[in-house]
Amino acid sequence: MTPELLIGAITLFVLSIFLGVELITKVPAMLHTPLMSGANAISGISVVGALLGANVAYDGGQTLVSGILAFIALVLAMINVVGGFAVTNRMLNMIAGKKRGD
Amino acid sequence: MFEDWISFGYLLSAVLFVFGLKKLGHPRTAPRGNQYGMMGMSVAVITTVVDMHFLPGGIVGWTIIGSGILIGSLIGYIMAVKVEMTGMPEMVALFNGFGGAASALVALSETWKWIETTTPEPGLETTVTVVAAGLSALVGWMTLTGSLLAMYKLKGGIEVFGKWIRTPTWGPAWLNPVKGSLFISVLVLIMLSIDDPTNTNYLWAIIGMSCVLGIILVLPIGGADMPVVVSLLNSLSGIAAAFTGFIINNSVLIVAGSLVGASGLILTVIMCKAMNRQLFDVLFKSFGGGERQELTRTKVGSDADEVAMMADGAQKIIIVPGYGMAVSQCQHQVKEFADLVAEKFDTEVKYAIHPVAGRMPGHMNVLLAEANVPYEQLIEMDEINSEFPECDMAIVIGANDTCNPAARTGEGPLAGMPIIDADQARTVVIIKRSLSVGYAGVDNDLFYEDKTMMLFGDGKKMMNELNAAIKEL
Repeated sequence: MTPELLIGAITLFVLSIFLGVELITKVPAMLHTPLMSGANAISGISVVGALLGANVAYDGGQTLVSGILAFIALVLAMINVVGGFAVTNRMLNMIAGKKRGD
Repeated sequence: MFEDWISFGYLLSAVLFVFGLKKLGHPRTAPRGNQYGMMGMSVAVITTVVDMHFLPGGIVGWTIIGSGILIGSLIGYIMAVKVEMTGMPEMVALFNGFGGAASALVALSETWKWIETTTPEPGLETTVTVVAAGLSALVGWMTLTGSLLAMYKLKGGIEVFGKWIRTPTWGPAWLNPVKGSLFISVLVLIMLSIDDPTNTNYLWAIIGMSCVLGIILVLPIGGADMPVVVSLLNSLSGIAAAFTGFIINNSVLIVAGSLVGASGLILTVIMCKAMNRQLFDVLFKSFGGGERQELTRTKVGSDADEVAMMADGAQKIIIVPGYGMAVSQCQHQVKEFADLVAEKFDTEVKYAIHPVAGRMPGHMNVLLAEANVPYEQLIEMDEINSEFPECDMAIVIGANDTCNPAARTGEGPLAGMPIIDADQARTVVIIKRSLSVGYAGVDNDLFYEDKTMMLFGDGKKMMNELNAAIKEL
């Protein structure tokens, strides 16, 4: 980790926070739950970290513990991602889908 | 050469997330927004797999990775498809907890590998890793325990060996300083572990205290505020992912995590506004579920025939659904009732949707849409309130706090909450199992008014009786 990398990461972090604040302005009440659920599925992005962590060679058990932890993280993150998007989809099909159909 | 450009995949994925979140906020584009989110996530996963392929050593854990993805996807999909519409809020809370736990576990796994395989030297690398891992653990574990408790609070209780135990709501004033000092202690522990990064005692202490913090943060909050808390925890799980991104120095984790963290916080504030509450009050002032008013009055119940006769001749009926409709799953009977009166008596039927009716914003919209109620008949509170004075009959189904006139008095737990003006209608029919108080624990004057007819019973049963009575007329 060099100072340049760190500054780059912090820049990304701060700018993304500003972007996130601007993205959501006025949301009708009926979309609060789907929006929350959709955003929740996106926060399962740690699946990327879990994938990288689970990809270790189990030589002599030295990295066994960290591998197991990453594997559990992978399963939980996938539940979060797949379940989250599927639930959001179900909700939206009932709210927004009907509106378009009528 | 090719591997240098892989990060573009993460950029594409981040752009898709931005569009996804933006589109999720508008009714017309929301389904598309969700699809963009899915695409973004797929691109991120594929990019990571390709990236790992080019790493020195390549992918050594195909079976581990493949089975992890498969197991997680299957469990998530089955849970999402099987859940009842009424159980949706709990499911969102549970998934959210898993997301927080995943971020915290990745952080822990990386820290573990780092401690075991390297000798950390004091310097920037150590400081960044330790601070990011500590903050990720704080937010992640807090999200897990907080979300699990929120889930059981939304359910109302937990079944242990066949016995139903109510989820407690407990928050004396001295709990707030405890929250503060726990939070500061965790920060101090993170500072200490910068100088002594291999000391795992610090690590366990941080994890333990964060878990406790999550529980005591949610414990004092009443059921009616639970949606706000779940939304806040959702924001936190995003922040946890962003901190984890700092440890593994991954751009998509940082971007997607902080996007969710920021937009989740804004959504939380919007939800608070819909209930006329301040976020600070929700978190630090105990509300609802605390003291429940004793009932001192009684009211004679009516029967379905009586209500059916009143409905005959009504020109306009407004239905006010609440959590009771969700619990008894009577949305189809409600729709049948609306069709019956429209057909037989030529009555105009509308639905008044309170922003926080049920246990989640939009809960009623989802249920009524499931029963094929036309979208145009669902009117939001602000628009429909002016129509009640000219409405012949308001039918309140399992709602209490959202139409309690006590909110107008400016006193008590409901003070200032905007309500549905059902009491302005000429006749009010209330379908409810008893006169008992709602989530806020306040008695409802509306029940005892002369123009109010109480139908005591389960929503589905009473709606069926009512529909039968109307058919017989």
